[in-house]
Amino acid sequence: MTEVQRLGIVVVGASLAGLRGAEALRDRGYDGPLTLVGDEPHQPYDRPPLSKHVLAGELPPEATVLPQLSRLRARWRLGQPAVALNRERRVLHRADGATLPYAKLLITTGARARTWPGEGADLAGIFTIRTLEDARALWSALACRPNRVIIVGGGLIGCEAASCCRDLGLAVTLVDPNPTPLARLLGTTIGATLAERMRGAGVDFRPKTKVRAFSGEAGQVRRAHLAGGEVLETDLVIVALGATRDTGWLAAAGLAADAGGLTCDGACRAISIAGEPDPDIYAAGDVARWPNPLYGDRPMTVEHWGNAVDQARHAAANMLASASDQIPYRHLPSFWSSQFGLNIKLAGSTEGADALAVVQGTRASQRFLAVYGRAGRTVAALSFDQARWLPAYAEAVAAGASFPPILGATDQPRIEALEPGLPGPRRSPDRGAAALETAHA
Amino acid sequence: MRVVVDLNRCQGYAQCCYAAPDHFELRGHEILFYDPAPSEAKRSQIERAQQACPVRAIEIEPAGLAEGDEP
Repeated sequence: MTEVQRLGIVVVGASLAGLRGAEALRDRGYDGPLTLVGDEPHQPYDRPPLSKHVLAGELPPEATVLPQLSRLRARWRLGQPAVALNRERRVLHRADGATLPYAKLLITTGARARTWPGEGADLAGIFTIRTLEDARALWSALACRPNRVIIVGGGLIGCEAASCCRDLGLAVTLVDPNPTPLARLLGTTIGATLAERMRGAGVDFRPKTKVRAFSGEAGQVRRAHLAGGEVLETDLVIVALGATRDTGWLAAAGLAADAGGLTCDGACRAISIAGEPDPDIYAAGDVARWPNPLYGDRPMTVEHWGNAVDQARHAAANMLASASDQIPYRHLPSFWSSQFGLNIKLAGSTEGADALAVVQGTRASQRFLAVYGRAGRTVAALSFDQARWLPAYAEAVAAGASFPPILGATDQPRIEALEPGLPGPRRSPDRGAAALETAHA
Repeated sequence: MRVVVDLNRCQGYAQCCYAAPDHFELRGHEILFYDPAPSEAKRSQIERAQQACPVRAIEIEPAGLAEGDEP
């Protein structure tokens, strides 16, 4: 009996990536022991609806449990997070003190919502959106009809939450240090189009400022103090400041892990602090930072749904392959977001983009397809309600086409190169420089 | 039963909305809203929607999956 047949494969992290990875192991013929370890007590569920239809009250949180696409025959260890990894002894330590031996490990622990780091963090009425419990608690609080919701952070989650609050008829203020929403992700030129849409929907958007502190009465949040001295009354706050990768439990494992992710090689194998891949430990999804050949082997973490699925399946295939048959993971990042009646989709990475062009439709109509260029190559394609055009442009991005790609297409406007208006890299040290704006969509 | 749509793939052709109008609905130009936990009785309708999808974006849990899983 081989080591893998005896000790089996353990998947740490029982969300989308863990589930799809486990399924891929079975689909590819692995029939040994399979254990899924999860810190949340739930069966794997789908996170994107939590900041959309669940928040809007259209779906109960528990409806988001994910379909299991193949028979797993797995041991589920839910509600018991892994707290440490001992690679020499090949065991995983769980929070309840139990140890779990493994022959191979797939790490899919994902990320955690960044909580409010400033003054007032202990007040009631301050929420994040990441887990089923978050969504449940926030939904109940929204159902009590707060007078004014303040959202901190204009990334994908903040914008989606603002949209849901307006759908519920609630007054909402969105505070972001950048000039527009989604500035880090899409740049301020496209961001301005969204700002217009958002204000049209009744959101009080406060750009170029920060919340300095929250204060309250009787333990309940009542006021937000902005950097400029302004004080806003509020009774419900949503903190949408992105996420940190769940790597704390790997602190003593001797792996190259930090709050920006677990560093992997091209085949998704975890890299040790000595710089060598561990042949028995793989990672996938939000937590994995790997050199993406599509972007010149730049180390990337991609916190999006599509990557959780694709990378987990890829890592599973490599786990079952011999050392000489490890295939590098190439991935075109992509996400969708629905907000203010718009379907926003991106394929590619806007990081470092120096040019932007609208290639289908117009910004004025708020229905268009735009491409981002970097050093003369097309690096990303963005759709605002133009999803049917996206695959052709996504293909051009994947092929590394020159910028702009696809000239002379049907109904194409006159193409003019614009400044994308992407802010410089973040200064905060706990974020990998290559991290995309965080979101789980 | 459980359903999930890969909304990266979805291009808003709305064929699922014709095949299973109680479970899939298009909002605005192309936002798909769907019921991820329909009753088992609706399986044939949902499977029709899955077959009708031109970009194969709909994934459905096969019947009777939990067997063989240890708690």
